Formats: sequence, C-alpha cells, structure tokens
Amino acid sequence: MNTRSHYDVAIIGAGMSGLAAGIRLAHFGKRVCIFERHNAVGGLNGFYSIAGRKFDVGLHAMTNYVRPGVKGTPLGKLLRQLRIDREEFALCEQKQSRVAFGPRGETSLRFTNDFAVFEQEVAETFPAQADGFRRLVAAVRTYDDVSLDAVAVSARAVVRQHVTDPLLEDMLFCPVMYYGSATEHDMEFGQFVIMFKALFLEGFARPFDGVRVVLRVLLEKYRAAGGERRMKCGVRAIRSREGRATALVLDTGEELTADHIISSIGAPETDRLLTPTDAAGAAVAPPTDGRGTLSFVETISILNRQPAELGWGSDTIVFFNDSPRFDYVQAAGQVDPRSGVICIPNNFNFGAGRTLPEGIFRVTCLANYERWAHLPEADYRAAKAHWFAEVQRSARRFLPPLPADDALTAATVTTDMFTPRTITKFTGHLGGAIYGSPVKHRQGRTALGNVYLCGTDQGFLGIVGAMLSGISMANYHILQKG
Amino acid sequence: MTKDECKKVVLDIIADIAPDEDLSNVKPDVRLRDQLQLDSMDFLDIVMELRKRHGIEVPEKDYPQLASLDSCAEYLTPKFDAAGKS
Repeated sequence: MNTRSHYDVAIIGAGMSGLAAGIRLAHFGKRVCIFERHNAVGGLNGFYSIAGRKFDVGLHAMTNYVRPGVKGTPLGKLLRQLRIDREEFALCEQKQSRVAFGPRGETSLRFTNDFAVFEQEVAETFPAQADGFRRLVAAVRTYDDVSLDAVAVSARAVVRQHVTDPLLEDMLFCPVMYYGSATEHDMEFGQFVIMFKALFLEGFARPFDGVRVVLRVLLEKYRAAGGERRMKCGVRAIRSREGRATALVLDTGEELTADHIISSIGAPETDRLLTPTDAAGAAVAPPTDGRGTLSFVETISILNRQPAELGWGSDTIVFFNDSPRFDYVQAAGQVDPRSGVICIPNNFNFGAGRTLPEGIFRVTCLANYERWAHLPEADYRAAKAHWFAEVQRSARRFLPPLPADDALTAATVTTDMFTPRTITKFTGHLGGAIYGSPVKHRQGRTALGNVYLCGTDQGFLGIVGAMLSGISMANYHILQKG
Repeated sequence: MTKDECKKVVLDIIADIAPDEDLSNVKPDVRLRDQLQLDSMDFLDIVMELRKRHGIEVPEKDYPQLASLDSCAEYLTPKFDAAGKS
C-alpha cells in the first residue's frame, strides 16, 4: 500500500465524529487520513464481540430519532451532509421509556417517541406544573441551539422560571444529564435544549444489530469517497511552530505532515499531544489538565430469555433516582448507585417477529475514576464483582419485581462490566470521562491555528451529535474556507 | 450553456444534496428556501458541488445570487461559459 507522508487533513480518532468529518472532507476531494490507536472503530460508541455475541460499547439508544418525512432535524441534517439514505441505518423505534424517582420508583413519568405521551404524563402527575411545563417546552422549541456563538445561561435557572416543583425539575434533568452532561449539578441551557429535543421531542431508536450498523455505513461512505485510514496507529505528538502545527508524530515514531488536523480525542487529550515531552518521552503535563470529573460503570447481563419473560415489561430505558434530590456529581466512593440508567436493548420494535437472540440488561451508574484507576489487579476484580451486584440490586427497585429472588441469576448466561478504567483504556479519554471535559470548545479551536476539535469536547454529544460535530467542524474550518 | 440547462444543473445538485425534497414543482422565480427545506449547510453544499462537479467558484459574498433558480441561472451561466462548458 502506498502510504503518503503528507495529507490535506489528518484526523485523530476513528469514532463517530472523526469518521463523519472524514466523509465530508474526502467527498470534496481532500486527501484525508484517519489515525486510530485502537484496532477497532467507534471510540466511545464502538462495538465488540465475545464468543460470537455482539456487544455495543456506548449505545443504549440513538437519540434524535424522527420518522421519515420529518425535516430540519439533526438526523435529517446529518443524513444529507453525509449523503446517507436513512434506510441504511435501519432504525427501529423504542417501545417506551420512563423516568422513575423514589426509593421504590414511586413517581414515574413514561415517555415514547410520541411527545404527547410525556406531556400527558407530566400534566397528570404534576397538574400544578402543567402550564409551566408547556411554557418550558415552548422556550426549548424557540431557542437557537446550533449557534456557535451562544452566551452561556444556567439550564436550572431557566427551567426554574417555568417549573417550580423541584421533583419535576429533577426528573427532567435526570435523563438530560445522563445523556449527557460533563458538568455536575447543572448544564448550559443551550445544551439542555439540544438534549431535551434529542430525547423527548425527537426520540430513541436502534438498529437491530446495534451500533456496528451505523459504523459500517460510515466506513463504507468514507472508503468510497477516497478516505484513508490507519488502524493501530495512534498519534503521539503534534509538532508546532509559530502557532501552527507542522507535523504529526505517530506512536511508531513516523512523522508526517498535514495542512489541517482535526482531533476527536478530547480537549485535554489533544493538549497533551501539543505538550513537550521530557527525555524519557513522558509528557511534561501541567498539574491539572482540565479533564472531566464524571465517569461511569456499566453492568451488562446476557439472559437466556427475553427480559419481558421475567415480567420486566417493555421499558427500553429507565432513568432512575432513589433520593429526594437528583445528585449528578462525581461519585464520592467508587460508585454512586443512587441514580442511573437501565437499558434493555430487546425493547425496540424490531418488526415482524424479530427479537434479539438473547436478553440484555444493562445498568449504568456514576463512578469515580481515581478510585478505580490504580487498583491492583485482584482488588480491581473484587471491586467489579462487588459493584456489579450493588448496581443491579439498585436498578431492580425500579423494575417490576422478579418471579423469584434468584430469577435473574438463573437466567444469566454471561456478564460483562465497564469501569472508568475500561473507558480510558479503550478510548484514551482521560478520567474515564465519557462526556469529556466540563469546558467545551464550541468553535473547536485549540492553541494552534490549524488544529481543531470535534466530538465530545466540541460540545455535541451522542451518536447523532458526534457526527454533526465532525460535519460542522470540517465545514467551518476547512471546507467553507475554500 | 443556456439558462434552462443551468437551472437543471442546480436542480440535479439539489436532488443529490436533499433527496427527500420534492423538486417537481419548484418555481424558478421564488426563493429556494421558501419552497424547499434548505438551510445554510445545504447552500454550502450547492456551492461545493458546483466547484467539485463543474470547477465553478462562488465566493461567499456572492451566495445571495443563488437564492432562486432564476438568480442562479443569471449568475452561473456566464461562469459556466467562462469555464468552457457549453
């Protein structure tokens, strides 16, 4: 294979945002190469197989789902920009989801891809808040959420102008923060708008075979447009002079040049590439690197039957919290099991008698990276085992009771679990911060004039958000400038 | 190139950029954005496809010239001729 030493654009990271940026650039004739350290694509939204089973790394559901014919939404925008037919993603809608609060999930708000269901639930459960909620939704609908110049406003402050019941306020913030926020307690209203639309005004869907369907479409588009990709080929450093990047240094020591560099690995992670190293090759890092403080664990159980057969109903996603206030903060201990997200991938309408071959039960809770990162191996395994049980025990309170206490164990064929350490190991994101750094860079600028960010730390989140981020940054910094 | 051929070139580009739009009744003298769901990203792509497919450059200050099919034809036909397309 004839590999070049110079590209118009080098993209760091073969996740959703890097691939989307690559498609745009390759389509318009730029010589592009994507460099990926891992041997697999997808990054925070990758996939893997073990013993013939397919697993998704991040995907619970794709948000931003709208039905065919609905225009002017993020999904439609990215399909147009990437020249992808929506049929290629083969998206199947969720059955229903819930926000469930209280020690036994006493207060529950159901929602589906039909927003009227959620409006009705809010009006019935919080009749005194019905008008305020309607005004909040109107404010969300009219807010310009794609401007790259927006002024930061507290989402909690805006929501409290319309919704005066703290329980309802928290029940609205729980899904929005889990899907997701890099900041504790609160978020920018612009970000709240983006997430509220993505989850509630639009909706959830999933391809039958999971996120690999989306990634394969992106890879094929990129390849067909002439884009290059080097796997197991990370970037170790970016050389610069007078405020511009002059070369990339790969993990192998090989150097190459590019007119532009788009980095999807995160802002603090990119800063590390720009940082000088000492004689031993270690980064001379500042004492604080701006990394995100919020990380997660996720437990996965594979079951020998559909979860509905355990009496668990048809909930696709359940956002839960057992405490009087919803506390979205860095876990004080290793894991904070008070709140989290249940995902049952079986509960999508896959159509015509199609069901997933096995049952899948996933639970995500907040976790503290520092309390996992340096554990000796035996302690790490013990901690995983301990918290696997605790997390699932916590989540079960928010689902219908099982027919027998050991019904879940009896139905479990195999399990897997992510910790903050897993996240950093496979994606390179510091601190296991799935939602990245609390400081976002809306215009994707870095200290160097020809190095730009896309993905999580540019500010658009989720699968659809990440693709739009790559598209936007490729357009804004490179394509629009001729 | 005639102005009608020029309009067809633009419609062909729009058909690729926005395959979900119904182009059968587009009025040439009405702004495209008032008839079709096209935003600034789509207009950027019209400009980029003109460059990619036909070697035609449209500087940013001239973007308003692409507002309707008629104005596209007025503006682009001389550029096609200059680029050696007939």
